[in-house]
Formats: sequence, C-alpha cells, structure tokens
Amino acid sequence: MKRVGLGFLARFWLLVLLVVAWELAARRAGDLYFPPPTRIVSTMRELWWSGRPSRLWLSERAVDDFVPSLSHLLLGWALAGIVGIAVGVGIGLSRIAYLVLDPVLQFGRAVPPPTLIPFFMVAFGLGTSMQLAVIVFGVVWPVLLNTAEGVRAVEPVQLDSARVFGLGGFARLWYVVLPAAGPRIFAGLRVALGFALILMVIAELMGSGDGIGSRLNAAEREFRPDQLWAGIVLLGAVGCVLNGLFLLVERKALAWHRGARRTIT
Amino acid sequence: MLEIAGLGHRYADGHQAVEGVELHVARGELVSIVGPSGCGKSTLLRCVAGLQRPSEGRIAVGGRPVDGVPDDLAVVFQDYTRSLFPWLTVRDNVALPLRRRGLARAERRAQALAALAQVGLDGTAGKYPWQLSGGMQQRVALARALAYRPALLLMDEPFGSVDAQTREDLEDLLLSVRGGTDPGGRADDGGGGMTILLVTHDIDESVYVGDRVVVLTGAPGRVHSELRVELPAPRDQIVTRGLPEFVKLRAEVGRAVRRP
Repeated sequence: MKRVGLGFLARFWLLVLLVVAWELAARRAGDLYFPPPTRIVSTMRELWWSGRPSRLWLSERAVDDFVPSLSHLLLGWALAGIVGIAVGVGIGLSRIAYLVLDPVLQFGRAVPPPTLIPFFMVAFGLGTSMQLAVIVFGVVWPVLLNTAEGVRAVEPVQLDSARVFGLGGFARLWYVVLPAAGPRIFAGLRVALGFALILMVIAELMGSGDGIGSRLNAAEREFRPDQLWAGIVLLGAVGCVLNGLFLLVERKALAWHRGARRTIT
Repeated sequence: MLEIAGLGHRYADGHQAVEGVELHVARGELVSIVGPSGCGKSTLLRCVAGLQRPSEGRIAVGGRPVDGVPDDLAVVFQDYTRSLFPWLTVRDNVALPLRRRGLARAERRAQALAALAQVGLDGTAGKYPWQLSGGMQQRVALARALAYRPALLLMDEPFGSVDAQTREDLEDLLLSVRGGTDPGGRADDGGGGMTILLVTHDIDESVYVGDRVVVLTGAPGRVHSELRVELPAPRDQIVTRGLPEFVKLRAEVGRAVRRP
C-alpha cells in the first residue's frame, strides 16, 4: 500500500506542482484570459455537474453536451475498428491484395481527415452522419494498416502448425491469426481512439448543433474564456479516461504477450 | 506406411534441395534421417507433411498420395517457442488440434490432460508455454502431437534447442511413448503404434532412438546409405551407448555423413 502511495507521488508530483503554480500565477496576474484552475473547476461544475445526485450530478447541459459527443466518438471508433480489422485481415492474408492495394491505402492514409469535412458537410449535411463519416474515415487507417501488418507478420511456424493440425478457415483465423496479430491490432486501435477524439472535436467545431465542440463555439461567441478553458480541461480528461480504459482492456487481452516478451528477452 | 519415390524439390530460386529420394517406412518403425547441414532434411520433411508440394516424385502416406496435409499426421517442430501458441494455455495448446477430430470440448480437454500426463507434465495445464523451460515446452509440443493420435509423426530436429541432459530425457521419453506401452495409451490404433520419422543432425541421437538410420548426402540431398539399428530394447542412455554395436554404428553413420 505504501509503495502504491509512493508510486503515485513519484508520478504525479510535477502535475500537482504545475497546477499549484498556475493557480498562484493566475491569481496574481488577474488576467481574464487565464483564469486560475479553481475558477475553471467551478465553471465546469456550474456547467456540467450541477444536477441532482440521482443523475450522478450531471446537469441537463452535461447530458446535451456529452451524449452526442461521446456516442459519435465511440460509435465512429467502433465502426472504424470493425471495418479496419476486417479489411486489414483480408489484405494481410493475400499477398496480391496487399501489393495491389498498398499504394491506394498509403494515399488514403495520407489525406488529412479534416480536409474531408467540407465535402462530408455537402454530402451528408450537418449532423450525426457527417460526424460519423469524418471519424470513421479518419481513424480507420491505423487500424487497417496495423492489422494488415500484424497478419502478414504471423510466424510461419505457427501457420505451419495450424495447417498440420488441421486448423483451417475460420478456426485458423480465430485461434491463430487474430491472436498473433493482436498486439498490432491493439496498437492500431489505441492510436485510432486518440484520433477519434480529435476528429470529433474538429467536426463539432466546424459545424454542428450539439456536443462539447459546439459548447466551445458558444463560449467563444459569448466571450467566456473560463468556459473555453473548462472545455479544454474536460476534453483532456476525456482523452485520459478513454486511454486509461483502453489500456485496462489491452492489458487483460494481451497479458500473454507481455509475459512472453518478458521471458524471451 | 510411408512411400517416397523419386522425390525431388527445386525452390523458385533454383536451389535443388533434394533429388531422387527413395524411402519406404513400415508401420510402427522409427526412422532417423541424418545428413550434413543444408542437405534438404527439412525440405524432405515438409514435403511429407504436405506443407510443400515437391517439384518431382511421389509421396504416399498410408497408401494415399499426399495432397495437402494428411489427416493422421502430426509434426513436432524444432522451434517450440514459435510452434506453440503463446496466447493459449498449455492445455488449450494440446486440445486445440482435437477440434478436427470432432470431439466435444470436455472430451478434448480430457485427452489433452491425458497426453500431458503421458509426457510427465501433470500440473502445468493452466500455465502458458512461455512460463515453462525449453525442455518442458518441447514436451508440450510432443503432447500436442500425441493427443492428436497420428499414424505418422514427423519430428524436425525436435531436441536441437535444449541442453544435453534435457535432450537425453526427451529421447527416452520419445522411446517410451512410441508404440503405446505406457498407461493412458493408444490401444485403439489397430496395433503397430506410431510410425516416426525423425530428422536430426546429431549422429548419436539418430542411432540411439532409431530402428533404422537413413543418411542423406550434401545438397542436393539423396539417400547415401541406410543402416539397420539392431540394439536391444529397452535402450538406456548409459548402457546402450556403451555397447560395441552402438559405437560401431555411430562410426559408420559418422563416416557416411562426412563422405560426400
């Protein structure tokens, strides 16, 4: 228990120190653009956590802001994950498909996803489908390319073992190829999750009636720097929480990989 | 059990690995294949396993021509760290191939545990392969092959990556599990036990475990000579290796391997 406490202190002392320093500096400067952290937190509470305890203190506004943002983010990421893994496996298993499609994929990946927002706005109008399209198109690449690489890199001896012991088709895919490519697939999904958050915010900032991004737009129009800061801190926290949850799942799913690597090296 | 006639294989890069190999292996026989490194031993084995289509010649296992991996064939690869699946427990590694046998899950697990007991690995079922020593991992690979109950077992330098002591233990284990003289056994295979083809670069090993030793020439590999091993059973690491007959055979095989 003591070691956990010390570990926490060792990792977070700088963060705590910076927040305290920021608080002191902001109070002394009294600048409207740079509110102290305590003010940001109270703005956050007033905006989003002033609801009834029965609803986890979430305010009406929190529901209006969080639900669309997070649902778009997670749905887009999940769709991109499914498509990316499915197509990536197909490409990774076929040498010819890989050779033919690689240039196409490299181009697709190189297109900066935000440049597609104006097009998607024209094509889908403002709203959920546009935002989902942006997120899916933007984050499918790391999943797809990592999956294809992972599938291509499966140990030949493992594939030989699967063939010798009669694992074909679906069984080979499920018990051998996917687990072997697992570390790469998870790496792709983690990168994609970070991208998805960025693209969610950009899509909302560029035009949409709801979500955390549109709250930032409103705060800008109403000239509320404290609310802008509240949004920044909130999005940072969302990113940390999502990444943390993802790492928990990854750690569980890839426990074998960490163990195996430790013993080999 | 195994018929190889006129087998030759040339790789796409023009390298002729084996040429004109003739080999007949009777049911229940354990044949060791030795030869200088790069003589195409592994290519030969891959062709028999159906992992590679030879460019010339015919191979038949149990009277049926090899076209794809035969149903009743198992392989123990040299590189156990790569041939076992690190994401599966020891038990699931052994049980997974039994899906092909159409067994229910409980039945697969029971057979896996029996095979693990056979190779002296009780109590490791819940561990992962990488938590075991190299010798134990190769025992898992052997258990996987045994649980599958193949008529023909191919071994590609199976004990090449473990230390000398472990190697001797594994050689004795192989001798004890073939033929089904042990409990947990193989009473249902119609008699005669497993046929085993063992590729090795260790001359002593080839004589110690084999009923017959086949020596291949350097690349391209051809059958140089065959020697019948008439050593008394049961074989023993100390006693057998001290017999004049063993010493004589070892010298003969050694000369055959070195002479082109």
